[in-house]
Amino acid sequence: MQMNESVAAPAPVKRRRRSDNRAGLWLIAPALLVLAVVIGYPIVSAIVQSFNADRAFNPETGFFEDGGFAGFSNYMHWLLQDCGKGMNSCPPGTAGSQFWDAIGVTFLLTGITVALEVVLGFWIAIIMGRNLWGRGLLRASVLVPWAIPTAVTAKLWAFIFAPQGIVNAVTGLETQWTTGTWELLTAVIVADVWKTTPFVALLILAGLQMIPQDVYDAAKMDGATRWQQFTRVTLPLVKPALLVAVLFRLLDALRMYDLPAIMQGNTSGAATTMSMLVTATIREGDFANASALSTIVFLIIFACAFLMVKGLGANAVAQAQPDQRTVGGGKQKKLVAVDTSSTKAMVMPREGGK
Amino acid sequence: MKRRTGIIAMGAVAAMVLSGCASGGEGEGEGTEEGLDTRGPISFAMGANDAGKLEPIIEAWNAEHPEEEVSLVELPQEANGQRDQLVQSLQAESGDYDVMALDVTWTAEFAANGWLQPLDGDLALDTSGLLPATVDSATYMDTLYAAPQNTNAQLLFYRTDIVEEAPTTWDELLSSRDAADEADMDLLVMQLRNYEGLAVQTTQAINSWGGAVVDTDGQTPVVDSEEAKAGIQALADAYANGDIPKDANGFTEEQTNLSFLAGESVFAYNWPYMYDTAKNEPTSEVGDDFDVAAIVGPDGPGASTLGGYNNGINAFSENKATAFDFVQFILSEENQRSFAEQSFPPVLASIYDDEELITEFPYLPALKDALENAQPRPVTPYYAAVSKAIADNAYAAIVEGTPVDQAVADMSDAITASTGE
Repeated sequence: MQMNESVAAPAPVKRRRRSDNRAGLWLIAPALLVLAVVIGYPIVSAIVQSFNADRAFNPETGFFEDGGFAGFSNYMHWLLQDCGKGMNSCPPGTAGSQFWDAIGVTFLLTGITVALEVVLGFWIAIIMGRNLWGRGLLRASVLVPWAIPTAVTAKLWAFIFAPQGIVNAVTGLETQWTTGTWELLTAVIVADVWKTTPFVALLILAGLQMIPQDVYDAAKMDGATRWQQFTRVTLPLVKPALLVAVLFRLLDALRMYDLPAIMQGNTSGAATTMSMLVTATIREGDFANASALSTIVFLIIFACAFLMVKGLGANAVAQAQPDQRTVGGGKQKKLVAVDTSSTKAMVMPREGGK
Repeated sequence: MKRRTGIIAMGAVAAMVLSGCASGGEGEGEGTEEGLDTRGPISFAMGANDAGKLEPIIEAWNAEHPEEEVSLVELPQEANGQRDQLVQSLQAESGDYDVMALDVTWTAEFAANGWLQPLDGDLALDTSGLLPATVDSATYMDTLYAAPQNTNAQLLFYRTDIVEEAPTTWDELLSSRDAADEADMDLLVMQLRNYEGLAVQTTQAINSWGGAVVDTDGQTPVVDSEEAKAGIQALADAYANGDIPKDANGFTEEQTNLSFLAGESVFAYNWPYMYDTAKNEPTSEVGDDFDVAAIVGPDGPGASTLGGYNNGINAFSENKATAFDFVQFILSEENQRSFAEQSFPPVLASIYDDEELITEFPYLPALKDALENAQPRPVTPYYAAVSKAIADNAYAAIVEGTPVDQAVADMSDAITASTGE
C-alpha cells in the first residue's frame, strides 16, 4: 500500500485514477475470492468453532449431542489448565496438561535451530559467494537437503538415530535417541538444521550479491581489516535479507510439525510441539478445543511475526536505509523506491514480479 | 484507504456466508431408518494392511451377487490414518463407505456419534456361534452396533531350546533370567513405546492381576485398586531390573517381532501374526525352536487384551440390506476358516476345535484359551483420550520411574477428566 503512496500521482490525474481503481478492484476480485475461501473461511470457521462447546455426551441415550456455546471456556482449558475443576486441574495423561510443555519445546526448538541455521547459513553463503572452482556444483549440492521432502528427511534421520542406527554404531554409544528427552530434542535439532540451513544460506547469498564490489574496494582503500569489512560493510548491507531469512525461519519453526511428528512418532514424547498438540486433540474428537488451541497458536505466531517486523524491522530501516541510498547503484533503485521497512523492501519486489 | 476497507469487508462477508453454510446440525442417527431394505452395490472400507485377507471373500461374494457388487476401498496402513479418513467422511454424513472394518476400540465412539446402524430389528444378527468377548466389544449401551469380523489376543512366545516348558505364572517366567543371561539374550520383550500398544500391555497387566481399568459402565476409573497397582508394579520392576530390556521403551509390535526373530529374546508378548513370521520369514533365526502359550498372571494364565475388527454398517448407507447380508457372509464357516488359515483369528468359536486346522496351526488351542480369558479394552466413546491417559501414565510409571501410586492416581484423574467434564 505504501508503494502506491510513494509513487502517488499528481492531482490532475486523480479523477482518472478512481475509475482505474474500480477496474483494478474487479480484476483482483477473483483472487480475493479465492483467498477468502482458502484462507479467510478456515480462519473464521476455526475461531467460531473455538467458542463452541465440544460435543456433549448424554448418558441417558448414549449419544453425543451438540455442545452449544461455550464462551471462553475452551481458551481457559488451555491457558489456565482448567479441565473442569478449576485452574490447574489437568492431570498428566491429558492433552491439556501438555500445553505449556509444548509451548516451551516449540520455542526451545525454534530458538536453537534458527540461531544455528543463521550462523551456519551465513558461513555457507559466504563460501558460495566466492569465486571458487566448481561454484555451480557447490551451490547445487548445498541445496540437496532443502530439496528433499521433509517427511523423507525425517524418516532418514529417524533411521540414522535408531537404537541400532548409524550414530550409535559409529560412536559406540547406546543412546536412545528417539525416546529420551534431550536425546530426541537433539536429534530433531540436528535434522532440522541439516534440512533448513541451505534455505537460509540461499536467502543470505541473495543479500550478499546485492552488495556491489566497489563498496569493499572503497573500504580497503580506507584501510579496513577483513573483520571491519564484515562488521561495517557486509553485515549492515545484508541485514535486510538476513532479517527476511530469520522471519521466514521463525514462522516456519514455530509451526514445526512434520519433523518431530515423524521422528517421535504418534506419541506424547518430549518433542511434542504446539502443532502436534492440535492434531492430537483433533484425534480425540475435541474439535472445539482443538480450534481454540490452533487459534492460540495462530496468535502466538502472529505476535512473534509482528514483533519481528515492528521491532527489528524498524531498527533496520533506520540503519540500513542511508546505506542503501549511498550505495544505490542501478540494481538497487527498486529497493530504495520502496520506502518502507527493510523486510518488506525485500519481499515486495519478489511478490511484484509474480 | 477506503478501498482497502471495502475489500476487507467483502472478504469478511464472503467468509461469513461460507461459514454459515457449513454449520449444519450434528444430529445423531438421522439416517438410520433409511435404506434398511434397499439392495445394490456397496463399498467395504478396510485398512490396506489387512485388506488382502478379505479380497478372496469379496470375489466369492461378487461371483454370487452380480447385482450387489462389493468394491473394496483400501484405507491407510496405519490405524490412526484409517480412523481419520472414516471420521472425516462420517462427519459429512456421507454414505461412501457402506461397511467399515472398525478397530474394536472405535466401535463405541462411532456408535455414540450415531454413525453406525444398530444391528437390531430387521438387521438382528445371530451371535450365538461367536466368541462372547468379541460380541461384547461390538456392544454399546446394550445394543449390538457392529458384527465381529476377526479377533485377536496376545500370546506368550517362548524359545523351546532355552526353556523346556512354558511358564504358567509371572514369577515362573522371571525365574528363567539365569538361562537367558547364559544365552546372552533378553528375558522378555513387549511393546512399551508410548502408544496404543502400551495401553494394550497395561490393560493386560491390570486385568491379569485381577484389576480393571474402568468399571462396567465404561466410564468410571477403577485403576487405583491394589490389583491394578500390582500389575503395573510388576512391569515397572521387570523394566527397572532389566528383565525387560531398556530399549523396549521404543518397541512396537514390529520391534518385538524383529527382536524375537533375531533370536535376541527368550520370551515375547505379541499378536499371533508373529507365529507366521517366526516360522516362515527367511530372516527368522528361531525356526522351529519356539512355541506359544497364554500370557501369564501372578497365579496362572493372564488376561490378554482383545484386538481385531468389527464390521459396522454406515448409518448413512443407501443399501443396508446388502450391507447386512455381506457382513453375515463374512461370518460364514468357510470364510472364517480362511481367516484362520492366514493367522487372522476368526470369531466363530467352532473353528478353534477343527482338528484339521489345529494340525496345521498348532497355536490355535493356545489362542482359544487366550481368547476365553481375554478382556476387551474399555468400551467408551472417549476411547482415544482414555487410551492416552493409560499410556502416558503407564509410561511414566514403567519407564520413567514415577511411583506407581502417583501414576495410578494421575491415570484415574486423567480418565475422569477425559470422560467426564
